[in-house]
Amino acid sequence: MEDTKAPEIAISAQRQWSWKEFFFQWEWLLVVVLLMVIGVNTWLSPFFLSLDTFIRTPATFLDKSFIVFPMMMVIILGKIDVSVGSTVALSAVVMATSYNAGVPMPVAMLICLLVGTTCGAINGVLIAKFKELSFVIVTISTMMIYRGIAFIILENRASGGFPGWYAFLGWGEVAGIPVMMLAFIAVAVIYGLLLHRTSFGRVVFGMGNNATACRYSGVDTDRVTMTVFTLAGLMAAITALFLTSRMGSTRPNVAMGYELEVIAMVVLGGVSTNGGMGRIAGPILAIFIVGFLSFGMGLANLQAPVVLVVIGLLLIVSVLALRVRFTVKKKKPVV
Amino acid sequence: MNTGLKKRFGNAERLRELGLLLFILVLGAAIQLRNPAFLRVSNLMSLFTNTSILAILAVGMMMVLLTRGIDLSIGATIAFSGMVTAMTVARFPQMHPALAIAQGTAIGTVVGMVIGVLVAKFDVLPIIATLGMMNIVRGMTFVVSGGRWVSSYQMPNSFKAIATGRTFGLNNLIVIAIAVYIVAFYFMNHTRTGRRIYAVGSNPSAAEVSGIPRRRLIFLVYTIMGGLAGLAGVLWVARFASAQGDTAMGYELQVIAACILGGVSILGGVGKISGLILGTVLFGILANALPLVDVSPFWQLGIQGATVLVAVMANAMVLRNTERSALRRRAV
Repeated sequence: MEDTKAPEIAISAQRQWSWKEFFFQWEWLLVVVLLMVIGVNTWLSPFFLSLDTFIRTPATFLDKSFIVFPMMMVIILGKIDVSVGSTVALSAVVMATSYNAGVPMPVAMLICLLVGTTCGAINGVLIAKFKELSFVIVTISTMMIYRGIAFIILENRASGGFPGWYAFLGWGEVAGIPVMMLAFIAVAVIYGLLLHRTSFGRVVFGMGNNATACRYSGVDTDRVTMTVFTLAGLMAAITALFLTSRMGSTRPNVAMGYELEVIAMVVLGGVSTNGGMGRIAGPILAIFIVGFLSFGMGLANLQAPVVLVVIGLLLIVSVLALRVRFTVKKKKPVV
Repeated sequence: MNTGLKKRFGNAERLRELGLLLFILVLGAAIQLRNPAFLRVSNLMSLFTNTSILAILAVGMMMVLLTRGIDLSIGATIAFSGMVTAMTVARFPQMHPALAIAQGTAIGTVVGMVIGVLVAKFDVLPIIATLGMMNIVRGMTFVVSGGRWVSSYQMPNSFKAIATGRTFGLNNLIVIAIAVYIVAFYFMNHTRTGRRIYAVGSNPSAAEVSGIPRRRLIFLVYTIMGGLAGLAGVLWVARFASAQGDTAMGYELQVIAACILGGVSILGGVGKISGLILGTVLFGILANALPLVDVSPFWQLGIQGATVLVAVMANAMVLRNTERSALRRRAV
């Protein structure tokens, strides 16, 4: 073998520490917003500010947060997956129907995960292998197909009657902390490490910046795309497990509009829809901002439609704010 | 593109439309065999009446897709414009129907303009901007109505006549749809602005360099889309004689699907009015015929989604083959 080792050049990736840069970060803005939301909630209800609120309330909105992490990767790739809500519905419906057809519950739960993963994998394969089709049309049509299959299976009926222990997933607590919260923390840590500490994560960011360059540097870009979309399907199935457990039964029209909330959280978390940018802390903060905001609007007796309006506004305002932030940054000379 | 290649692509395009026409004929024949009521004049008229709202929306969606955009907010816009108009006519029963149509169209136009500003001025991704607006407008529909419905008995007969009356022996909805198509055909094929929309979609930077006001055109297409969605909202409410908060939920997907079936490319720059007509008719048949052949309505969503996916994949494969054979021909 020839000696083809290139001379190693030390590149310092560390930028110089500066107080200014540390505090002018999107995440600090999110922290301020979160504190404001908590402040308003406290003002609305004297019972809000307690340790219990911060440990138990999140279980009311954490179900969709599992999809936020893979969706973050999808958006970093510069793509969007609008089929996740339908995937949640299909995997929940298949799980409920197979359980009621006599399959033992643990197996039915595995089936749920399998269905979700398959849905995600189908998206991934279509997007990776049919490059001339845009991800928009692929995920829109699978969004129709997955929910369509859920409707074919259950029509407009509900299906439930799960064993008692299954409710533990959505309602149970371990050492005073809800199972859902523990699962959320575990998932957040795993995805944080995956995105920021593994080569896979670096490749995802790289592909978001320049997929062609990544491909020419020997990255199997098709496989990365497929993996990311498959993860989105898997996490949608996990959402289905928790959501169904909390609700006790499921219907084909469950989780409608989840895709919007999830995308809104990711974008609010500072992940640019142009791809290649974002940090895990942002979406995590955004999950709690949106969650406590909806919770607070419930405290203020505002109807669900108002919450719809606010989440829509939040999505658009944060996209606009991010855009301003990027243009301001670009004007500075690069040192 | 050299002429030979252009011819091949043109052929592929014509082949696609012919294939679609053939598919519609085969599908129609198959349905006719299962249920002889299908080809009755009365059924066909109701099929076309039901399809005309979809067809009107498809024109706007085609313009948006031509510029590489997408509009997911139209279902919400339909509901909002329909709800506000229905509430207005319920309050002022003497209002002239034409005024009601104008009001609905104006409301839709404003929604479209907001999206247009977001996409054209601020470069927000169309899917994000319209997803956000979908929520906002849908929420506003619930808020203005207070969650209540406007039912048939609250609407004056003159308003309901928009969708039940006839002009030249045809249902008004069909007449309006035909009028929209004639105007759109002229606009897209024979005006400078129409041709420029194609230019912006097929190559945005080239269009901008050659002095085409890209942003203004993008603003324009979303405004037109909004206006048509507002018009469709009035027609929808008049046709079903009921305005609800969840009117037309998810209808945007059907409109996009009809466009895709009609050969409009989501990557921009490709799409014709003639294809659009075939796409919407096929979609109308799918929606109309399922109950006739005893297929449960719950199959509809899945069948529509599968049709879209198969259509775009088939299209992509045909194009791949054409390109490959064109390359092979050039190789020595």
